[in-house]
Amino acid sequence: MIRRITGAGMFGLAVLWMFPLLWALWTSFRPREHATSWSFSLDFTFDNYAKVWDAAPFAQYYLNTFLIVIGVLMAQIITATLAAYAFAKLRFWGRDVLFILFLVQIMVPADILIFPNYNVLRDLSLLDTKIGIMLPYFASAFGVFLLRQTFKTIPHELEEAARMEGCNWFQILWRVYVPLARPTYIAFGLVSVSYHWNNFMWPLIITNSVENRPLTVGLAIFAQSFETGAQWAEVSAATMMVIFPLLLAFLMFQRQFINSFIHSGGK
Amino acid sequence: MEAQRAKWKVNMYAWLLLLPSLIFLLLFTFYPVLQTIILSFHQADLGSPEPFFNGVDNYKLMLEDDVFWKVLSNNIWFALGTVPTSTALALGMALFANKVLRGKGFVRTAYFYPTIVPMIAVANIWLFIYTPEYGALSHVMEWFGKGDMNWLGDQTYVMWAMIFMVIWKEAGYFMIFYLAGLQNISQELYESAAMEGASSWTVFRRVTFPLLMPTTMFVSIIAFTNSFKLVDHLVIMTKGGPDNASNLLLYYIYETAFSFWDQGMASALTIVMVVLLLAVAAIQFFSLDKKIHYN
Amino acid sequence: MRTVTKSLFSVVMSLALITGCSTGNSTTSSNQTSPGGQNNQTAPAAETKPAEKTELSFYYPVAVGGPLTKIVDGMAEEFNKENPNITVKPVYTGSYQDTTTKVQAAVQGKTPPDVAVMLSTELHTMMDMDAIIPLDDLIAKDGGSDYINDFFPGFMANSQVDGKTYSIPFQRSTIVLYYNKEAFKEVGLDPEKPPATWDELAEYAAKLKKDGRWGIEIPSSGFTYWMYQALALQNGKNLMSQDGKEVYFDTPENAEALQYWVDLAKKHQAMPEGVIEWATVPSDFLEGKTAMMFHTTGNLTNVKNNAKFDFGVAFLPAKKNFGSPTGGGNFYMFKGIDANKQEAAWKFIRFMTEPKRAAQWSIDTGYVATRNSAYEEDIMKQYVKDFPAAKVARDQLEYGHAEFSTHNNGKVTKVLNDNLQAVITGQAEPAAALKKAQEEADKILAPFNK
Repeated sequence: MIRRITGAGMFGLAVLWMFPLLWALWTSFRPREHATSWSFSLDFTFDNYAKVWDAAPFAQYYLNTFLIVIGVLMAQIITATLAAYAFAKLRFWGRDVLFILFLVQIMVPADILIFPNYNVLRDLSLLDTKIGIMLPYFASAFGVFLLRQTFKTIPHELEEAARMEGCNWFQILWRVYVPLARPTYIAFGLVSVSYHWNNFMWPLIITNSVENRPLTVGLAIFAQSFETGAQWAEVSAATMMVIFPLLLAFLMFQRQFINSFIHSGGK
Repeated sequence: MEAQRAKWKVNMYAWLLLLPSLIFLLLFTFYPVLQTIILSFHQADLGSPEPFFNGVDNYKLMLEDDVFWKVLSNNIWFALGTVPTSTALALGMALFANKVLRGKGFVRTAYFYPTIVPMIAVANIWLFIYTPEYGALSHVMEWFGKGDMNWLGDQTYVMWAMIFMVIWKEAGYFMIFYLAGLQNISQELYESAAMEGASSWTVFRRVTFPLLMPTTMFVSIIAFTNSFKLVDHLVIMTKGGPDNASNLLLYYIYETAFSFWDQGMASALTIVMVVLLLAVAAIQFFSLDKKIHYN
Repeated sequence: MRTVTKSLFSVVMSLALITGCSTGNSTTSSNQTSPGGQNNQTAPAAETKPAEKTELSFYYPVAVGGPLTKIVDGMAEEFNKENPNITVKPVYTGSYQDTTTKVQAAVQGKTPPDVAVMLSTELHTMMDMDAIIPLDDLIAKDGGSDYINDFFPGFMANSQVDGKTYSIPFQRSTIVLYYNKEAFKEVGLDPEKPPATWDELAEYAAKLKKDGRWGIEIPSSGFTYWMYQALALQNGKNLMSQDGKEVYFDTPENAEALQYWVDLAKKHQAMPEGVIEWATVPSDFLEGKTAMMFHTTGNLTNVKNNAKFDFGVAFLPAKKNFGSPTGGGNFYMFKGIDANKQEAAWKFIRFMTEPKRAAQWSIDTGYVATRNSAYEEDIMKQYVKDFPAAKVARDQLEYGHAEFSTHNNGKVTKVLNDNLQAVITGQAEPAAALKKAQEEADKILAPFNK
């Protein structure tokens, strides 16, 4: 009985959780003048989407976000793989100290250092550039820890065997460790991509131009541009446009995403 | 001699492997913190074009600043409101999503999808939900015959509104970590518990919960850090108002640094934030870590 | 083994190169003439004919929705066509607040834009940052004071310090009262007689209130100080000195003004309690959820296009006198740009503020056309004839005053906003809150009064 009730409650929670998305989706297709009224009608329009697409360069924003997300992910994978291998398999001087230094980055993420990092970027003359948005995230302690855990579970014999076949160090890393850690890479990729797709404060501060502005900043600027009063239907349409691609990708691959995450993350 | 050289080599490789990460870590974490410490002892604002050393004046002013104390206590309430609740809810979600037979995909998706919705988009959606007169919540309250509420325009409610929204956004993300943790608990434990006829509550208390402790640790650290770094929604929803009732430390830093250009003060505030986060980390690390095995 | 080292080395080197290059850049590109600090594709084109082509970066906010970015971009394009040796690159930088932040950041980064539209109230802050230049020489070279005197004095009030002119009005507004004529008829009020005094406003608002409709809404998020300033002006004098070094919050008149604002909600129950969101007030008005509102004239065209009922626009009601602050954005020119660019930028400003453009801009948006001569344009005459409400804001300019603006404007404004909101949300009493605001503001302004 109790199980039944909690089961129903948890289903109810799932429905409740879906509500904001459905509400926004519904509003985005409502004619502008009906957006604020609760009365039910079957009016349906694409006008809001057309208007939004027209009013702000969202295509450019998409491209920017895409480049930034991919750029960060690539760099992170390279730096994290190398570092994780060192931490997992090598004994060297200063290991513990370095490990703690890496730990610090998890507790004090770059997001908190917006002001000092702005100064660093200014000194490097990289304000309002895509590389500037990416740079502070090129090293990911989280990625290093995740991969280190996985690398540790890979038996030393495999490395030995590869070495016998004449593989050099880099080849061992590339042929043995990387393929075996695939689920971890996927999990990390998911975290990293959603993180940087989401990222807002930092690009808000350092970008000025349309050429470098990512989607989130574009969306915020768009939503805030209404001195004349909130345009709910249009803002909802813009919001849906921003979240749709990632949502679609997630729905298509949700099983793989979640499973690979379950089998690698949080161990 | 040979051994010495081999050791040397390993050392060198290790450091070379770590170098790329280290460069960025130094450039964007440690160097900025160092610079910030120095700048926090300087007066550098609109009234003083050339920064000059002013000792601990910034810190003194900070301690006298009502807004600082308000955002700090707000942030603590915000953490208290979001960390335990979203962690507990995530555990509940994971237990359910792990067992449920019908609609597993739907349940998981429904719980998880807020994670991949950018906070800015979340803020847009929830702003419309909380808006009086025609927001979703105001319609719902109308159904129940309750009066309208100005959720974001009232000093007490605004924080609750924010906390609820953030729980909605985060719980599904943490659920995934718990789902992962649950996979690692061996089925045999459950079987033997069933043999002994233990109630499901006992099983949870004696087996599941203790074995999920490392996950709980991990999740609560992330949740705690998030409660300090998640401020995007304030830009859209309230700008920290009314009268700083929803303002958080990082947003105050943002205002101080980029609206008021009081760089010395922004630095001092940043240092407070860093120290706070490190202190909490140290407490967690030393007090709890002994009980939990990581590797 | 060598290949390992090599591959590792190349990785490290390429990473080092990224950072290495960038540090190298800092010496060359911190040169102030680089426009906006963006290294994008347009640079080579400019380099081929360096002597002739002048490139201007132009930051602008649009605080009203819709295709206005397109209008501004279109105007810039037109200008570029007329002046083949100048290329203006408009950069849309979001809301006023976003734009201010962007410009300040760019100034701090030593890569200021050449021209920008910012709130007229940023004048003192921009001077503190030593970021802008006076325009008097350019004005003198170009016909002298005739041009300047054509602008409404209310709009110029935020442009001048110590007899020097630092900015040129562009998209300017004041606060007006919008009211729903049908609602007036419904409760037996004369729809042609909007409230003219505070007492009438309170009385009408209470009458207009019914279930599902408020009598009046005065927004109190974001631009809290602006709305309050209107009430303060109606009850006496402005909140700050013209040089932006002193503020006068702590007076009995101001406390009375604040008490009146609170009373509309608490005593007369004609306005929602708590902070009312700036952006939702016009929607409330259009939806009939409120019968009257205080809002910017920048909203006029929006209301005109979307109201499904007959509406009126009126002066803000008076206490001792009528009064409203002006608002909106001006053109600024930034320090460190060479004479060539200054001239080009001036040409651009002249172009953008031409009477016929000011008229068209006013018609498109509802902002008040900034110059007398704009109202002599045929399109404007026709527009005002068809839509007399468009004239109200201009006529109210007679009682217009400088918008609240001080040194360290962001911080002082926040102090005022916070304390006003504390009163509006019922956490403080008017007199005490204003006293506190006064003390805090005095502290912030102390360095500028040395």
